[in-house]
Amino acid sequence: MIGVRVQTEAFDAGAELNAFSEGLQAGAVVTFSGLVRDAGSMIAMEIEHYPGMTERAIAAIAEDAAARWSLERVLVIHRHGRLQVGAPIMMVATAARHRAAAFQAAEFLMDYLKSRAPFWKKEIGADGAEWVAAKASDEDALTRW
Amino acid sequence: MIDILYFAWVRERIGLPRERVDTEATTVAGLVDELRAREDRYALAFADISALRVAVDQELADFDAPLVGVREVAFFPPMTGG
Repeated sequence: MIGVRVQTEAFDAGAELNAFSEGLQAGAVVTFSGLVRDAGSMIAMEIEHYPGMTERAIAAIAEDAAARWSLERVLVIHRHGRLQVGAPIMMVATAARHRAAAFQAAEFLMDYLKSRAPFWKKEIGADGAEWVAAKASDEDALTRW
Repeated sequence: MIDILYFAWVRERIGLPRERVDTEATTVAGLVDELRAREDRYALAFADISALRVAVDQELADFDAPLVGVREVAFFPPMTGG
């Protein structure tokens, strides 16, 4: 079962985890949450995305992960719009028979979401705004899979 | 007619989120050449295509991808999700 949600609203990571875990046969659940990091004088983060392609790209990444690690469930939630420092940006959850698969699948999802899901982050500071540049290390991270 | 979409700083530099264009180009690279020739803001946005990524009908593609039967082309900087 694959769940993908792209939304502006906040989500409750704890409630999501409980709902995700209900009725599972798998023995291992891993979740990761990403928050807006305080990069100095930052006021907020603005996240732009490509409606349509975003959902398709995330679903394709989640399907890959599910097939590769025989996941019973996968969930990806990713927000867009204007987010305050400390606010949740996204979360992934994976459910597998054993923990190694659940951890690896979650890392795979994070690596691919970072550079293959069409989101663009902009840091809004007191003195102006700046687009976050992609790092070469993010692209390199994909080679390990 | 093809819909062209721009995101992030590409959108800001060109000053539009999307537009519909009549093109004779047969590849994405040919379309970029046509756009560059239009106005300075396009030339500026497409000055260094190694800094850009392209999606054709919502799938990541290369600049030499063909445009035959394509409805939507999007230009944007490398993605920063997660």
